[in-house]
Amino acid sequence: IETYYDPACLPDLLPIYYRRLFPFSQYYRWLRYGGVSKNYFQNREFSFTLKYDIYVRYQSFTTQNELEKEMPKMVPYKIDIGAVYSHRPSQHNVVKSGTFQALEKELVFDIDMTDYDDVRRCCSAADICSKCWTLMTIAIRILDRALREDFGFHHLLWVYSGRRGVHCWVCDDAARKLSVAARAAVAEYLSLVKGGEETVRKVVLSDPIHPFINHSLSVVERYFQQYAIVDQDILGSKESVDKVLALLPEDILSFPVSNSRKGGQYFDKEIMLQYCYPRLDVNVSKGVNHLLKSPFSVHPKTGRISVPIDLKELNTLILLSLICEELERPRADEAEEDDMKDQENEQEAGERRRIRDYKRTSLAKYVKVFDRFLEAMARSRKGEMLKKSDLQKDF
Amino acid sequence: RQFYQRARRRKKLIGNFQNDLYDQCLQFYGQPPLENISLTEFETFAVERLKLLKTVENVGVSCGKSSEQYTKKLDAEISSLNFPHRGGISEYEKRRKDHISHFILRLAYCQTEDLRRWFIQQEMDLFRYRFNCLHSKHKTDFLHKNNLKYETVSAEEKKNLKDKLIASSYGLSGTKVEEHDVYKVPFQDALDLVRTRKVYLLAGNAYIPHHEIVTIVLNDFRTRLSKALAMTARSLPAVQSDERLQPLLSHLSHAYVGQDYSIQKNIGKISLEQIDALSGKSFPLCMRHLHKALRENHHLRHGGRMQYGLFLKGIGLTLEQALQFWRSEFVKGKVDADKFDKAYAYSVRHMFGKEGKRTDYTPYSCMKVILSNPPSQGDYHGCPFRHSDPELLKQKLQNYKVSPSGINQILELVKGMHYQLACQKYFELTHNVEDAGFSLNHPNQYFTESQKLLNGGRDIKKEVDMSQRSQENPASVTHPSQANSKQAHEEMGDLDSFFQDE
Repeated sequence: IETYYDPACLPDLLPIYYRRLFPFSQYYRWLRYGGVSKNYFQNREFSFTLKYDIYVRYQSFTTQNELEKEMPKMVPYKIDIGAVYSHRPSQHNVVKSGTFQALEKELVFDIDMTDYDDVRRCCSAADICSKCWTLMTIAIRILDRALREDFGFHHLLWVYSGRRGVHCWVCDDAARKLSVAARAAVAEYLSLVKGGEETVRKVVLSDPIHPFINHSLSVVERYFQQYAIVDQDILGSKESVDKVLALLPEDILSFPVSNSRKGGQYFDKEIMLQYCYPRLDVNVSKGVNHLLKSPFSVHPKTGRISVPIDLKELNTLILLSLICEELERPRADEAEEDDMKDQENEQEAGERRRIRDYKRTSLAKYVKVFDRFLEAMARSRKGEMLKKSDLQKDF
Repeated sequence: RQFYQRARRRKKLIGNFQNDLYDQCLQFYGQPPLENISLTEFETFAVERLKLLKTVENVGVSCGKSSEQYTKKLDAEISSLNFPHRGGISEYEKRRKDHISHFILRLAYCQTEDLRRWFIQQEMDLFRYRFNCLHSKHKTDFLHKNNLKYETVSAEEKKNLKDKLIASSYGLSGTKVEEHDVYKVPFQDALDLVRTRKVYLLAGNAYIPHHEIVTIVLNDFRTRLSKALAMTARSLPAVQSDERLQPLLSHLSHAYVGQDYSIQKNIGKISLEQIDALSGKSFPLCMRHLHKALRENHHLRHGGRMQYGLFLKGIGLTLEQALQFWRSEFVKGKVDADKFDKAYAYSVRHMFGKEGKRTDYTPYSCMKVILSNPPSQGDYHGCPFRHSDPELLKQKLQNYKVSPSGINQILELVKGMHYQLACQKYFELTHNVEDAGFSLNHPNQYFTESQKLLNGGRDIKKEVDMSQRSQENPASVTHPSQANSKQAHEEMGDLDSFFQDE
């Protein structure tokens, strides 16, 4: 699904996006987390990349209203979300030195397609296509299961990064409170592919095989035939066959396979994992103050929006221009008039228009995914409060 | 702060409270002691725990932490120093000592990052050892008493998860799962096991077999101790303002707790002509190095003169010999006889206690050499294992004909910052023995042990001196720990003047 995108259109389209399409009320609802912690939204850091690559950190906002007014004014080309700090980030300079600290943040994961360049043949670098997109599907299935079943997390938001990968935002209370060490430990637990350019054999399995690895293998095995053999055609050229052969134990021809090398009997599983298992950057997950691209942010190089992914449907992409064109084309002059009227109207009119506008575009279904996610969190918070009040015998 | 107050305020102990406090062999040291003790006990307890921790360190590096030798040596040390052990009866006094001595050492070891790290490491190793010695029931008791909210998994759940548990945990068999407890712990409390994927996780809980619960407990211990030390450091100024405690505490972290070699048993037994030969055979590397530099440059700076001069005194040189030795060497250099008598002779006599304060200075221990007064350009003192660049050290050892594999072993120990063990290894290699048979703490000890080995047989003179000493103090013979404490007190006194005159 490639349509022409020209970054030069950003200065014109972005303001429209922020004025009429960005789902501010859902966004605010998310980051407020039910208002259980005081000032949670107010102490959240945002960072903006503005026109001409100007980067500003420590942006913060007091209300949804302020957010709605500022974004169309500043027109960020890129928005990142950081941690919830001890004080308002916009005032970090006036706070006594040493007391301004990052307190909480969602546990995040970043799966980037370029980390798989050594094992995909269809594309490289920032390109993606339907053939390698399967890798993301595999990554999401494996990590989603592990984060829910092994670690007991419930509120996961998977987001398309806008260019070449996916992000996972784990939003449970417990996840947001995790220490640096805990985040690193979770990321390491989930890592199986280790080593850089110098390492040939990047996955090493030995007895006994941990249940987590078995679960992951069953996902990989489901997709491997179609993905690796057919789509990636890893046995289709001498060069790529050699790459596969390099991963086999030297004494493969002697049968049964000896145990001379560590876990020599699992070479088939190792190969599948090396070609398909998710590759995480531990550093992204470790830091409490690490900044990550915000959902619904636009990717300036592709014009695509970082949209939440519905796990039941893992295969479509969206272009910013596409949405705006849907709007512009049928009602070009009306749109301009309406736009000017908007700027003089009160917030209510703007809100109404915004709801109408994105509902007209394919953004709508992604906002629905987001809504479902927010509903689930709200229900869970309600459940927690009931539990607590039961314990305290408040009636 | 509470601790500081207790040394001053009189607090009456309630009998039952006492029994409750020390009903467990092992503790987390959560509550500071609340009683009055004498300064003597204060010192003795501290010095003895320090000895124990140093043994923990040495034995841990030289044997493996789970080897039989480790167990034997540590058991022996714990018993001989009267610390609680394996939950025997009538351990009240020992447990009290364990409790109090831990808190005293906190005061001494909270001050710098290095000291804190060392202290935490040894206390953790000691704790691990003692925890592993407990019976399984006592382990569970300990966990419950210390509010570690670790539930045990029901028999039914264990049955359902058996295969998964076996596949995730090291050393876990089907029978073990059935017979022993498995604990359910929030994964945040078991990060080491989670990170390496050595545990089964379900719904945010780690399922930990009994034999691994110690890792979790240790993490908890380390966290608590780390926090406590940081807090202690903050209230330290208040404690240090107490004149009785201040000198004791500031010396504990440098304390050498062995023989002080100020009693020259071999006085007059060494002739100056022997020194060259002795430097190659029986001197530790630092002194060999200093002697060589002196011979080559006909000069040593103050730091080198002190370290080497006191060492020579310790091996038995008389004042007259020392003066002759230094003068003859310096005169070969740029210093004429007159200048030597005017400037340098004074300081030699000073070393022997014949000038100024007339304190008889004691030769430097390894700790002192390693920790204080690092050498700079033009200096030859210090500990070569600590202060020399590894490349230069390697060359030097090659020149002294140490085998390449021996050199590697030494360099490994140096990398791990075990300088005294490196020197001990140097001893073993140059004397051609497998095991030095002693724990190196003092350059003069190196010399004595070397001579003992080369001359075969025991040093009879030493034994006579020791028995004479204890007979002089009839009161101390009845209670062995008191004799030690008297010695410790004297050692402290020496150290006192020592540090003040730098």
